[in-house]
Amino acid sequence: MTGITSYGAYIPLQRINRKIISNATGWSASATSLPGEKAVANYDEDSVTMAVAAAIDCLTGIDRNNVGGLYFATTTPPYRERQSAGIIATALDLRPDIRATDFTDAIKAGTHALLAACDAVKAGSEKNILVCASDCRLGRPGSAQEVIFGEAGAALLVGDADVIATLEGSYTLTYDFMDQWRADGEKFNRVWEDRWVRDEGYTKFIPQAINGLLKKYNLNVKDFAKVVIPCIYLREHQGIAKALQLDEKQVQKEMLTTVGDTGTANSLMMLVSALEDAKPGDKILVASYGNGADAMFFQVTEHIEKVRNRRGIKKHLASKKELTNYERYSSFRDIITMEAGFRGEVGPTRVSMAWRERKVILALCGARCKRCGTPQYPYQRVCVNPKCGTIDEMEYYRFSDKKGRVFSYTSDSLAFSASPPEMYGVVDFDGGGRFAFNFTDCEPGALAVDMPLEMTFRRKYVDSVRGIHGYFWKAMPPRA
Amino acid sequence: MAAGIKDKVAIIGMGCTKFGELWDKSPEDLMIDAFKEVIEDAKLDKKDIQAAWQGGPEFTPGSVGDSALPLAQALKLPFIPVTKVENMCASGSEAFRGACYAVASGACDIAMALGMEKLKDTGYGGLPEFSHYATIGTKHRIIGANQTAPGMFAMLATRYFNRYGISPQEGKKMLAAVSAKSHHNGALNPKAHLRREVTIEQIVNAPIVAWPLGLFDCCGVSDGSAAAIVCRADMAKQFRSDPVYVKALQIAATSGEEEMYTDYDYTHVETTTRAAARAYAEAGIKNPRDEISMAEVHDCFSITEAVTMEDLQFSPRGKVMDDIMSGRFNLDGAQPVQPDGGLKCFGHPIGASGIRMIYEMYKQLQGKADKRQLKNPKYGLTHNLGGIPYRSVASIIIVGH
Repeated sequence: MTGITSYGAYIPLQRINRKIISNATGWSASATSLPGEKAVANYDEDSVTMAVAAAIDCLTGIDRNNVGGLYFATTTPPYRERQSAGIIATALDLRPDIRATDFTDAIKAGTHALLAACDAVKAGSEKNILVCASDCRLGRPGSAQEVIFGEAGAALLVGDADVIATLEGSYTLTYDFMDQWRADGEKFNRVWEDRWVRDEGYTKFIPQAINGLLKKYNLNVKDFAKVVIPCIYLREHQGIAKALQLDEKQVQKEMLTTVGDTGTANSLMMLVSALEDAKPGDKILVASYGNGADAMFFQVTEHIEKVRNRRGIKKHLASKKELTNYERYSSFRDIITMEAGFRGEVGPTRVSMAWRERKVILALCGARCKRCGTPQYPYQRVCVNPKCGTIDEMEYYRFSDKKGRVFSYTSDSLAFSASPPEMYGVVDFDGGGRFAFNFTDCEPGALAVDMPLEMTFRRKYVDSVRGIHGYFWKAMPPRA
Repeated sequence: MAAGIKDKVAIIGMGCTKFGELWDKSPEDLMIDAFKEVIEDAKLDKKDIQAAWQGGPEFTPGSVGDSALPLAQALKLPFIPVTKVENMCASGSEAFRGACYAVASGACDIAMALGMEKLKDTGYGGLPEFSHYATIGTKHRIIGANQTAPGMFAMLATRYFNRYGISPQEGKKMLAAVSAKSHHNGALNPKAHLRREVTIEQIVNAPIVAWPLGLFDCCGVSDGSAAAIVCRADMAKQFRSDPVYVKALQIAATSGEEEMYTDYDYTHVETTTRAAARAYAEAGIKNPRDEISMAEVHDCFSITEAVTMEDLQFSPRGKVMDDIMSGRFNLDGAQPVQPDGGLKCFGHPIGASGIRMIYEMYKQLQGKADKRQLKNPKYGLTHNLGGIPYRSVASIIIVGH
């Protein structure tokens, strides 16, 4: 049996109501596209950081040493050359002897990565492959895409033991259908006429893929508990369901009005949402879209009950903060470029140092003294406990998955921040260890001594002069 | 145990420029200005100086590069040993220590320490972003919080208020009293940068820089230079009738435990506490609250001065508010602190501050402090702190008759 063994998701804290966008830009495209709100990645988040967050959710209670591969799907990798999957695997503190690769350039890359992982496990090449998908696609201010696109991530672990949903079959279509495109070096998506995209793209390919799957395996669509239809047009989302003669309860709820079109993550987010409510024996049909389409058929097993303690979609949706300011939203993606001043300039990154210290920087590993047991960050060769001081009897100790508390804090209006004031403080970790970290996804007024915290992987700086995205960990109040 | 350097070294001359935004002065100009005063005060010839130490600069190397050569070349020192020392904000005291140790060891009879910093060539209000100047290791630049000096010291106040149950209003008022006192003193000092009295109300209501610290809780940002010439104590009277003697000179650098080990309470500075205890032992001082007549401490921020009063044993732990509010540290109080106006009014040209502090103690002990003159001071203490509360180096120097 091969299939999904765990799931997780990540939706950024901040949401913007689409009316705020349409009121700011005044264009009919943004006003008429979609109602509701969309999820907005914070200024320090991108596809890589959201994938890490979704992966951490997915790996709850799972030994990370058992992960044998990492496939990452996105159309918005931070680098053209430097593997995003490698950054994610390092941040997750996975073993180095694993397969890692990026699936990109079409939004169906999310389901394609999942299919590839299932195939690799089925073939016996790897045991457990973590599939992450996330996107931060941008629409030009005033465009329909600006309103439709949302930012979020999903993660699924694929294996052949304790499978919660077995992959029973799949069907794929590939078309060079140029409904959206973004040439190398471009920031915003371009689109062809909306009606053509809707009528010749979404409403044709999705049914075609679903019907292809049903025919290929001689299935009846009535047998499915949930069908994932990733259509970005609300009316056509219902229209496709109607044409397939689905009952309303069979249709997996759209996420457009709550999160937005999350690109490669879109279908997988809806799959995770379906899994959250699934019962043993349920059949789930997942369609995707993008330069063609995929359709996948999963059967839920009794192991589904073992993976309920995830934040997943539900808890992330419930935990949110309204972003009421279009200018602030635009500055997060550098659409409005803020003055950074001398204090916002970024010094050089010593790449050879970053490699040497990769476990300390990207994986947030410190040391634990084997003699006295003191956890300490960053990694020390000489024990920091003044009563110990033992040299070179250390083991790596991962702090990224430890909870902590605020020991002291400040909110700083002098330090440069894309979202001032900059907040930081000294964090005491449960189980020992202390270090000062920036805080994120947090209100200055909420800061208090002893406030609970958890760690989150973020983009700490962008060095545009040298083309480097610097990643590190920040502390934040727990989301749920 | 070693006997220390008590009464082995005497200060026979000092110089200090006016501190401020000295847009028309180069680093070399600042050093020459301090040197002109020190050499005249010591009544020496340049040739008599056998070794020199340059404290800092941390951010603004002189025009010939980051070494001691800016000092050697600016003053045209005649091929003597000249060394640059750098220990963050304690660099000035570190230079003084080098000169004193050279004399105490017998390696030379007369030595000079000079500190300088030209902050107003960095383009920043406040200290420059550390990552540009490699003062924070490149690994710590990534893993450290995106911090500023006011923010890191603000956390002392956050924790101090929390620990001792002080409300933000009470706490800010206490800190305001620290700054108001220094502004009063600075207004009396022609060499100070900021020479204006400020009311408690103005201080409390000023814009917040890093909560809970507001604008007037932060010291100024200035250019400046200060210098001292020291000699063997037994020679001092050859040069002047009123030399000032070094009674103790201690430096403590953190082991890292305040930063990474969870014992540190973040309501005091461990390096100050340790260096002070050693300095009192070296100077033979049993009761600092009664025996130290006056002090210039490292009031980079008002909260730093407040907790330093406890670290120096001037006030009992958790009780400094009583002493601040009762005026103990005012110019007319029982134990005046920052009689010259402190970093608060001089600003903090990193390499110069440590020696500027000694300059005030020297003038006070000689009875030459003009409107700020204290009555019969016996021991003066300077405290120069480098770094941030949990990653610091502290120096304590005690001078007297």
